[in-house]
Amino acid sequence: MRYSAFRLIKEALTGHKGWRPQWRDPEPQPHYDYVIIGGGGHGLATAYYLAKEFEAARIAVLEKGWIGGGNVGRNTTIIRSNYLLDGNAPFYEFSLKLWENLEQDLNYNAMVSQRGILNLVHTDAQRDAARRRGNAMILHGSDAELLDPAGVRALYPFLNFDDARFPIKGGLLHRRGGTVRHDAVAWGYARGADMRGVDILQNCEVTGLRIEDGKVLGVDTTRGYISAGKVGVSVAGNSSRVMGLAGMRLPIESHVLQAFVSEGLKPFIPGVITFGAGHFYCSQSDKGGLVFGGDIDMYNSYAQRGNLPVVEDVVESGMALIPALGRARLLRSWGGIMDMSMDGSPFIDKTHIDGLYFNGGWCYGGFKATPAAGYCFAHLLHTDRPHDTAAAYRLDRFMSGHMIDEKGQGAQPNLH
Amino acid sequence: MIINHPLLGPRDAQEFTYLGDAELLNRPYWLSETALQQFHEYLYLRDNPAGTHRELWFHEQGDRSWLVVTRDTGTHEIQNVELARDVALARRAARTAGETRG
Repeated sequence: MRYSAFRLIKEALTGHKGWRPQWRDPEPQPHYDYVIIGGGGHGLATAYYLAKEFEAARIAVLEKGWIGGGNVGRNTTIIRSNYLLDGNAPFYEFSLKLWENLEQDLNYNAMVSQRGILNLVHTDAQRDAARRRGNAMILHGSDAELLDPAGVRALYPFLNFDDARFPIKGGLLHRRGGTVRHDAVAWGYARGADMRGVDILQNCEVTGLRIEDGKVLGVDTTRGYISAGKVGVSVAGNSSRVMGLAGMRLPIESHVLQAFVSEGLKPFIPGVITFGAGHFYCSQSDKGGLVFGGDIDMYNSYAQRGNLPVVEDVVESGMALIPALGRARLLRSWGGIMDMSMDGSPFIDKTHIDGLYFNGGWCYGGFKATPAAGYCFAHLLHTDRPHDTAAAYRLDRFMSGHMIDEKGQGAQPNLH
Repeated sequence: MIINHPLLGPRDAQEFTYLGDAELLNRPYWLSETALQQFHEYLYLRDNPAGTHRELWFHEQGDRSWLVVTRDTGTHEIQNVELARDVALARRAARTAGETRG
């Protein structure tokens, strides 16, 4: 069923009786050519692009709970292509280009809104770094614009410009960045994949990987054994657990990141703002809630909930930047589990086990990467070669010395 | 979280900074034949368990001691706290005893 204005009018006139479920609820088949573990944004996008771009058949997505119930349902919905390093920039630019055409491609309203991202600077050194980053972004085909304080004031007059400790000296504006309705991304990819014959198997937790003579044969699940030609793992915060079933240790730690939503307010913040002096970023959802977040909680966690010190820290940063925030009430906060890698960059790679592929280590930047991660993982699964934009995301890069460390923090995952 | 410091009693986790898996105490021998491989695993690979995890915390806003905290990563419940110095000395003693026997 294609969605269109015509369809909506027709259904409105006939009592909305013609709408159908957006995807099927099939029984597991005994064998699939491709089994994707993880029914989040990345896994569903992988299945979608495998079926659509590479015309692969017999694909299943295995999800232990319900689709879109992990980090694609728990993030702050920001998309952007403002990376500095060669290994990252082309990939995120590819992803942003896919976002720009996503709704037409999926025939699904994901509310992609390129409302602009402003990274504030507070010192001369930060302005130099912003200029350098902006130039790198332009050279990689993205967009960047360095604003002076007057330029920032024209966009966001309510910021705390003359703070004694962190005065606002300008900002780097990335106009093509923005926000997306996150749940709709999972649902749109699920519907698109299902329409192309992909079996989406929910409540189907993988309990074991069957491997013989260095080759993967299939997966044991709570809904029985499923034989597989190739297995792609795309499970974000649970990467170490699932790859542990194959006896692998990963360069990843799982950490909890909290996010926050205020009560609904009238339109107030037109774009996305990030504080340069602390870790704080904020946008306003289409329902009016201020969506904001900050640092991870800094210790290993699988708990999907954080602790109060970080809540206090994030809100303090918010108050330092937007004093008016103090008048809004906090409606909700929640935690998601991030697969923090050792250099802050992800992996899309084969493993030493034949037929077993891994996509993970996205830290807290996985949402914006969803379309390109799905596309590049599908490319790798189908062709056995990395996509040109994802060739640097190798699992062995720490052994070979080819880290992609945007922040230069070293092997300390909680600092990325 | 409250960390029950072996010397100072219960302290707020905010006084501490976090380093990671306590396996970082077991630095490989740098002249070993397989030192390159061992240091790669030591520096970059982690068990990252969902459940009991032994980890290093530094009492930065306190007595600046390193602690080995045993904590459940699924519930954040702290099960045991030791001084990292004690853990390291016990490991060295065990290793020496093993070498004497061997």
